Amino acid sequence: MDFNAIVSAVMSNIVFYLLAFIIIVFALMMVTSKNLVHSALFMIVTFLGVAGIYVMLQADFLAVVQIMVYIGAISILLVFGVMLSRRDNMDRSNLNNSFGVAAFFVAAFLFVIITRLMVATEWIGLVSTRPVESTAGQIADLLLGPNMVAFEAAGLLLLVAMVGAIILGKGVDQSK
Amino acid sequence: MITLQHYLILAAALFCIGLFGAVTKKNAIAVFMGIELMLNSVNINLVAFNRFLAPAKLTGHVFAIFIMVVAAAEVAVGLALIISIYRHRKSTAVDDLNLLKW
Repeated sequence: MDFNAIVSAVMSNIVFYLLAFIIIVFALMMVTSKNLVHSALFMIVTFLGVAGIYVMLQADFLAVVQIMVYIGAISILLVFGVMLSRRDNMDRSNLNNSFGVAAFFVAAFLFVIITRLMVATEWIGLVSTRPVESTAGQIADLLLGPNMVAFEAAGLLLLVAMVGAIILGKGVDQSK
Repeated sequence: MITLQHYLILAAALFCIGLFGAVTKKNAIAVFMGIELMLNSVNINLVAFNRFLAPAKLTGHVFAIFIMVVAAAEVAVGLALIISIYRHRKSTAVDDLNLLKW
């Protein structure tokens, strides 16, 4: 292994652990925050970290889509939902119910089991051999070729969801 | 060297945090945030499996895109429902939505 390969391996280690640290810490802050608006902002940072993980996995198109859809659309929608549905004190807007301890043990137990299974499994091909290249063209070929029907169904689903959201939010005129 | 297991364990941790948030929160919008975290961790899993185990075709990326589509539709309809419920009952706490209980 020559010097450049060692440097790039060390750099990818550093970047991965930094991103993982950001994701986990901000996700925990999101879950434990008592203020719903702060939770939404922590969630945006978590989504940014996930976009960084996509870049590390050479999924450039998905990283951009993650930023546009999750940070640009879903987070803003959630913040709008908070603003439209709260009038009183924001500091106590995101309280826990009485299942806290039980839910903590269930989540921790699930994490331990999954981690145990993943460490014990003998994965093939642990080091990727894929060359670094743009993924948008190949995704377009897959979406408009073999997965054409699913692609159209997804478009229909988005249209139905949009019309449904408008009708649910606006209400139907009963007089007609 | 970062291997497949690192990504899978990161996704597992994110999924469990999202599960904890979705189960323990009182406010329906906070429950949605937990569900979004869980969907994100599944996407990390799909992309990581695609890169390490089947790098010839980008099937995992296409799956992740479909999950994002469904997540966006789910959030739009869900928030419209929450706002509609808030208008009628002046509350977004899931504990208050016990209309179907007798």
